[in-house]
Amino acid sequence: MELINQHTKQIMEGCKERARAAGLRFTDETLEYLVTNRDLLELSPKVMIPTLYDYWVHDVEVLREKGKYELYPNNPYETVINTRPPISFYNDNNPDWLNVMIFYHVLAHIDFFQNNLYFRNTWDYDFTGQALSDKRLIAKLRAEKGHWVDYVIEFARGIDNLVDFHGELSELFTPSEAGYSDRLNFYFDRFLQSVKNVSISDYIKEVNRYNECLKNFGELGEKTFFREAERRYPELETHFTKEEVKHTKPRRDLLRFLLENSEFLDRDENTWMKSILEIVRKTSVFFQPQIRTKILNEGWASYWHENLFLQDDRIKGHEVDFARVHAGVTAMPRVGMNPYALGMRLFTYIEEQADKGRYSFLFQRLADSAARKDFDTGTATGRDFILKARENLCDYLFIKNYLDQDFLDRHKLFVAGKRLDRQRMVWQYYVKSRKADDYRQMVLGSLYHPPTISVDMNKGINGSLYLVHRFEGKQLVQEYVANTLMGIEYLWGGPIYLETSEAQIVPGQALSTKRDEPQQGEIRWQRVVYTMSEKILSKKTL
Amino acid sequence: MVKVFKMVLMRNKLLTYLDELKAKGLDPEREARLRAELETVNNGHGLPSDEPLNDDLAGFSRSIYSFGDLFVLGQAVSPQYSASGLMKSLDELLERDRQREQDGFPRKIQVGRLAKPGRGGKGKVVVVPTTVEEKLFHDSTIKPPDDDSVSGGTGEGEPGEVFGEQPVREEGEQAGTGPGQGEGEKHEMESSAYELGRTLTEKFQLPNLKEKGKKRSFTRYTYDLTDIHRGFGQILDKKATLRKIMESNIALGNIPDVADIDPTRFLIAPRDKVYRIFSQEKDYEPQAMIFFLRDYSGSMAGQVTDLVVTQHVLIYSWLLYQYGGQVESRFILHDTEAKEVPDFYSYYNSRVAGGTQVSCAYHMVNEIVAKENLANDYNIYVFHGTDGDDWDEGGQLAIPELKQMLTYASRVGVTIAEHGQGGSTEVARYLNSSGLLNDKPELIKMDIMQEDADEPRLIEGIKRLIS
Repeated sequence: MELINQHTKQIMEGCKERARAAGLRFTDETLEYLVTNRDLLELSPKVMIPTLYDYWVHDVEVLREKGKYELYPNNPYETVINTRPPISFYNDNNPDWLNVMIFYHVLAHIDFFQNNLYFRNTWDYDFTGQALSDKRLIAKLRAEKGHWVDYVIEFARGIDNLVDFHGELSELFTPSEAGYSDRLNFYFDRFLQSVKNVSISDYIKEVNRYNECLKNFGELGEKTFFREAERRYPELETHFTKEEVKHTKPRRDLLRFLLENSEFLDRDENTWMKSILEIVRKTSVFFQPQIRTKILNEGWASYWHENLFLQDDRIKGHEVDFARVHAGVTAMPRVGMNPYALGMRLFTYIEEQADKGRYSFLFQRLADSAARKDFDTGTATGRDFILKARENLCDYLFIKNYLDQDFLDRHKLFVAGKRLDRQRMVWQYYVKSRKADDYRQMVLGSLYHPPTISVDMNKGINGSLYLVHRFEGKQLVQEYVANTLMGIEYLWGGPIYLETSEAQIVPGQALSTKRDEPQQGEIRWQRVVYTMSEKILSKKTL
Repeated sequence: MVKVFKMVLMRNKLLTYLDELKAKGLDPEREARLRAELETVNNGHGLPSDEPLNDDLAGFSRSIYSFGDLFVLGQAVSPQYSASGLMKSLDELLERDRQREQDGFPRKIQVGRLAKPGRGGKGKVVVVPTTVEEKLFHDSTIKPPDDDSVSGGTGEGEPGEVFGEQPVREEGEQAGTGPGQGEGEKHEMESSAYELGRTLTEKFQLPNLKEKGKKRSFTRYTYDLTDIHRGFGQILDKKATLRKIMESNIALGNIPDVADIDPTRFLIAPRDKVYRIFSQEKDYEPQAMIFFLRDYSGSMAGQVTDLVVTQHVLIYSWLLYQYGGQVESRFILHDTEAKEVPDFYSYYNSRVAGGTQVSCAYHMVNEIVAKENLANDYNIYVFHGTDGDDWDEGGQLAIPELKQMLTYASRVGVTIAEHGQGGSTEVARYLNSSGLLNDKPELIKMDIMQEDADEPRLIEGIKRLIS
């Protein structure tokens, strides 16, 4: 890989100036590399991070069959990676005008990486640097421990989608419990109100007493306050301990849970495994925001490369070339979804609506369709509005909040259905619905959504680990359960239970000769528990 | 037109046959199955076209996450791996897999499961080692039955309006099935069937191989240090060299007293040095003819065909490697009629449709063997794959053909991939009741697997068939 030449770099710097003037914000330094096909072969298994750790699954081209995008939450063919400085990759024979377009696209991505709050966890360090040190550590461990390193990587990667990304984020943004102790919260929020049922005046008296204590005794205030409270309610302590056990926050971050609680990993001879778990977890968390902002991010980049390219005075005469490439990227397909196209249109639409002041109570209250059509307050704050949107939203909120009926109608969008015509043995594609609700549902249903699996501290007894899968209308892929649980068992060092829901197909009457169709009949859901003990999987119905 | 007419004729013939069967007493469940199969008669067995699917509709199941900047912005084409690089990694992978087993973990690499022979080049299959990284994630294929799959759409059309159609292509049949075909990215790699065979070869050997037909035998070579050469070569033949040196020295009069030889005084010419060099040795081996029989009736749709075909790919690749030129293969497909196809491609890719009559395929094998007088010159092996469904009640037609076949065949291996609706299948039933399996255990083997069998099970099956 080599850097782009000075001429091209100069074009890039020109793009940066124009993008900044338009309102995008990003760091000054960027690195642009030329890549050949051969480089791509090496880079793509490492999701374009040149310094990612080595792992045999990366080294060979391996098939990623079903559930590809659930298993690998990152696209191996990104042009730009979210590092410090950001690194982007190019063909060496792009004409200048195309580079201009791609540069704008890339700059918008960089702006997105550096301003969207879902990426907050990636802002304070350079991932390539981190990855390089991780890679060296893994190489060193491999030299010492041999192929067992790969097993640990494998088992850790088996649960690297269970890292509770949102929990990680919320820790970054909200101080825990606003600075009050658990005991105090319990005393005022639950004990006084629901256990003791004290009257409001007594409650307020108690609050005042607390404030007095704080004023008079400073740091010892809380202690003094509770001495008095315990004298009055000797049972307080018992209640508190009981509550504490019951209300421990569900642990959804299985990888971190294992790191903190596994006795097996705590043994002296196994502590090296922890560093691998850390690395796998860190890598996974790094990519989490990316997959949760696909439509938003690509829409944002497409919106800007269109806007900025057309205003760029340097590339006059290439409008037609640009139009051809641009249409290829952002045309709405007759069937299927294109995140570039959908996201770009939605940003344009939101900007327009905000320009007319339509995201207001005044407009929402309006029922008259003619009045709605002409509604325009002339606020012209659309640009600011979409800058806010790129800062605060993820795909889910973007679609949920802004994809409405007007948008659907304007772009003639619909939900396409596919059904089997048994008579003629053809798949029929048909217009299923033109309702915004259905369309939203369809898009939201296709978004990345790993299962929520938490650790139940009360049920794991005698050194076992009890996992609970929260049922959200879909069962887990059954064939993968065994090996994943086997990996968890290894890392935990004891039996694993997994409580989940599974479909029971109530056979229908239609006799089908085709086996691979969705099964006929109704679905009945039932709770089951898988047990993985000594590498043997068993299942029982609850 | 003629073709359509023929099909109607055939359909009617089958209907009459069905009525006959019914008159003899047929349980309703079986009748329903046979009728369902009959419905597919008109579909034909055409090979899948090489044309890509309708572009407009191809995007239906494409995930938004499959879009990547490098491709979308036209900066890259998906990179291809070279076959040699692949083979290197295949060896490593298999070694890794063996290690896994030793360490007490289940194997993870699947080899050749997704083999896909191309048209023409006979010895070519695509070998793709596959593995998956298992994780816990949602299975979106399980949903209420009336739920059609959905995607986005753009453009005109009233709700309910059909705007596109696409013929149903059977899974396991279309060229697009299998490795690397998903979502327009090509992951496949070409490699010769030899390589797949090589990985299998340590596991199998043809049974009952007799010395037959040496007169037409193809040669195969072994290499040994048999040739002698003076002056240069791979290994110095010390004894011969010494003898030559003695000869030369005697001729030169350099050895005055034979009773007292002083080797340090020898004159040594370069041509006195005698070497042994590698040479090709001809090796005579018996030759064999393999018949592959595949049921491609309507009931074979889906997983079962995949299994049968994959198993035959494995056997075929292994034979190509292990027995090189001395094994010839013939391919026969059957529904209610048997048909011989010229190459593995057609064999592998023909679509399923129609009813089932196992006997016709057996009959065809017997006919070919008789007509070409193969029994004298060849060891004959027959591998038959089916889902076990046969319209031929009790094997009245099939068993006699089979008996005849066993008079000359070295081994007949029948693979039955069951649909798993419980109870044994028709073919299994009549093979069992005929007693052939017990009478001639050396000549005929049957292997029954469920349709969800995996690759190790398939290989296990091959072992059973040729044990």
